[in-house]
Amino acid sequence: MLNIIKTINNGNVIFALEGRLDTTTAPELDQELKNSLDGVTTLIIDMKDLVYISSAGLRILLSAQKIMNKQGKMMIRNANETVMEIFEVTGFSDILTIE
Amino acid sequence: MEPKTYELTVPADVDRLHDVLAFVDDLLEQHDCSMKAQMQINVALEELFVNIAHYAYPDSAGKATIRVCVHSEYAEITLIDSGIPYDPLAKPDPDITLGAQDRPIGGLGIFMTKKLMDYVSYEYKNGRNILTIKKVF
Repeated sequence: MLNIIKTINNGNVIFALEGRLDTTTAPELDQELKNSLDGVTTLIIDMKDLVYISSAGLRILLSAQKIMNKQGKMMIRNANETVMEIFEVTGFSDILTIE
Repeated sequence: MEPKTYELTVPADVDRLHDVLAFVDDLLEQHDCSMKAQMQINVALEELFVNIAHYAYPDSAGKATIRVCVHSEYAEITLIDSGIPYDPLAKPDPDITLGAQDRPIGGLGIFMTKKLMDYVSYEYKNGRNILTIKKVF
């Protein structure tokens, strides 16, 4: 239900998410992020093919943002309208960098 | 004509989340619910069902019932469990103006449900938690 495609390039990591980021899939992303962020200065999360996010997904994004605030920057790309509305309703549009 | 009511009862277990969402999605699709409203209902339903799965039955296995009634312009969904009395709406809303470092991880689910739905109510009756949401298509 969630595919995570990770690309690493000189301290930059891109996570492309496909599918649904919900209660059942959020732990997979959490684990992948925890395994991947050492020494990373730029984290990009590409949401082009992410169709759904719930509060379980927001939790993972917030903890990644907290880590990246200490060591570099994190950017969200290509969030669709449904996902954007969730960011806006929860105030996440103010704490995430959304391109 | 009175709209039909549909009901699904499943073990209150996170593993059943996708069964619950599929059950409701099927009904919404049959009634031409917009994709946007459907996704918002999914978000609310996930929060409420997962809450029941995590907290309603601390010492035993229990069940949750999802009752759906689709009217011509809105859907009404009721979640029922016979676990410990718990009103999720009583919790204060999180402060959504805090920056990332000051934000607690979590506590957003019920807040999102309130924001995304047109109506949310809770009652405890005959030993059951009854939570109802309504969403205009």
